[in-house]
Amino acid sequence: MASRGDPVRIALIYPAVLGTYGDGGNALVLTERLRWRGIDAETVAVEIDQPLPAQADLYVLGGGEDSAQTLAVSRLSDGALKAAAERGAPVFAVCAGFQILGESFLEGTGAVHAGLGLIDCTTDRLEGPRAVGELLTNSTIGVGALTGYENHGGRTNLGPSAEPLGVVRDGVGNGTLGVDGAVQGSLVATYLHGPALARNPTLADHLLGMVVGTLAPVDDAEADELRQERFAAVQTARRTGRWRWRRQWRPPARSGPPTS
Amino acid sequence: MTSARYALARAAGSTAAGLSRLTGRGDGTTVGGRITLAMDPQALERAAAGRDFALVSGTNGKSTTRTFLVAALSTIGPVVSNAGGANLPTGLTAALTRDPQTQRGVLEVDEPFLPSVITAVRPRVAVLLNLSRDQLDRYAEVRRLAEIWRDALQAPTAPVAVANCDDPLVTWAAIDSPTPIWVAAGQRWHDDTSVCPACGGVLVRDGEDWSSDCGLRRPTPDWRAEGGAVIGPDGKGHAVELALPGQVNVGNAAMAAAAAGVWLVPAAASLTAMAAISSVEGRYLRTEYAGQPVRLLLAKNPAGWTEALTMVPPEQADVVVAVNARAADGRDPSWLWDVPFELLRGRRAVATGERSRDVALRLRYAGVEYTRVDNPAAALRKAAAGGPVEVLANYTAFQTYRRVVSDG
Ligand SMILES: [Zn+2]
Repeated sequence: MASRGDPVRIALIYPAVLGTYGDGGNALVLTERLRWRGIDAETVAVEIDQPLPAQADLYVLGGGEDSAQTLAVSRLSDGALKAAAERGAPVFAVCAGFQILGESFLEGTGAVHAGLGLIDCTTDRLEGPRAVGELLTNSTIGVGALTGYENHGGRTNLGPSAEPLGVVRDGVGNGTLGVDGAVQGSLVATYLHGPALARNPTLADHLLGMVVGTLAPVDDAEADELRQERFAAVQTARRTGRWRWRRQWRPPARSGPPTS
Repeated sequence: MTSARYALARAAGSTAAGLSRLTGRGDGTTVGGRITLAMDPQALERAAAGRDFALVSGTNGKSTTRTFLVAALSTIGPVVSNAGGANLPTGLTAALTRDPQTQRGVLEVDEPFLPSVITAVRPRVAVLLNLSRDQLDRYAEVRRLAEIWRDALQAPTAPVAVANCDDPLVTWAAIDSPTPIWVAAGQRWHDDTSVCPACGGVLVRDGEDWSSDCGLRRPTPDWRAEGGAVIGPDGKGHAVELALPGQVNVGNAAMAAAAAGVWLVPAAASLTAMAAISSVEGRYLRTEYAGQPVRLLLAKNPAGWTEALTMVPPEQADVVVAVNARAADGRDPSWLWDVPFELLRGRRAVATGERSRDVALRLRYAGVEYTRVDNPAAALRKAAAGGPVEVLANYTAFQTYRRVVSDG
């Protein structure tokens, strides 16, 4: 894409209410990865009492608690995020942020709450306890294995307009059909914390590529080392069954090592 | 349940505690308490009966505030307490059965257990410090904790709540209790409290004041921690010169002074007793390693880490960042990204602990120069080669460093 005068603007949506699991780190990762390449970039933190900037280049939403989720969706119903998605701006959403982009989700009380309707999915409750632990998937968008940590009680059913982001190798993910997350147009969503973009730099660069085009390679030694460690941890846990008691649902077994 | 059964349970508990100490598996407190409680579920209630207690709970500062309050109350007589961080009902039972005589006690209580311990112990005072995220893979929602506290504090027989009114969650938990005492103890960590705990609406902040449309707002404090002083309900300020670092500990001292005030201990006497405390179970401990001064700082969650990073002295000292992710730490170290490690820019850091790779990745994005060393002793030696060292560690990593420095 053409060179640009203004810095790339990463809008971090409501970090104080949708930032419960370090997901604000996703915005830091996106911004720094552009700067490492000499591309001017800035994170714009949008608090709950501020309007969403209409012209940000990329929007990031994180996880949050039930009450925060309901509050966030009421503020985001003003149409600004919908307009951004319709003009093709990438939106990356994690966990509770993922759920509110769907057609509906459950409040803490169990009541069904309307979502923003930007992703064709609905979220209800997993049967049994929360899904807590390492989550490992193979991405469906060509960015390799995705690693992170999940911590949610929601079960998300994708409709026909949404594709999964990953096929679950270990963990729960959406809790249906052995997949995690969703991809629909320029929206990408997942249950991975870690933060997801710190632990999966190829996914970060995929999102950035949608904004600035082809990116020069960067040194990801730290992330590579951490990824190898987490892959090995999942293998060990699977072998010993040490974490199995924490799962009420397991994906169908698949064989072979992670694809990257 | 007969008292003979209680006596038997108590005896069995102390035998197990002795065995556990002998086999080197800790100080035995929890094992002993567990056996006593298993044999007699009312053991805690029986052990506490007829005594006079303050409970201390909250995400951060429990041990320090307990230690402060023990010092303050010791000015008027002996005090039994649960030293050593054994703050589950098992640990409390063990501490009280070990000392059946002392009339007055200060017990720190793990947050989710506060209601059941209030029921069992019937304390005179409950000191409520703060509520923020800690180990979310075990306790799903902070607000839920505030809710169960609130239920426990509304009964007419509820203890006097000495509550931090700078924390909206704590305030909501205590505001309908019979006779709350409000302490402006400070809250630097606002991220868990932008949503009103009462109505789910936006919480508006204006300076130290905060309020919500539903009517919940910061009560007028009876006690205040302000700069280096604690101001009592009579408006009198007392300069505090604590041996422990950080503004957060002035806040803890204000909480403890307010609680001791319920026993009519004068603020000046309380604060003098607290000033002498220089370390709490190894926390803030100043020692030496490889010929260099070393200080150990414990931080268990984003709020605690943010405080600890502000306690690192301005003069050049290398910093060891040690992070594990065992069950006691919380299995998910994602919180590293909620902590402003950017504050360490310009210093050299050493990343270590079982999750040193997560630390290294975080430091890379924070722009902090670092080396990663797996072995904790080697990591400390590496840092000490450059001069004085500050060790910042989370819960189990901190226990490791207490051993490392005591082994020299
Ligand atoms: Zn309210």
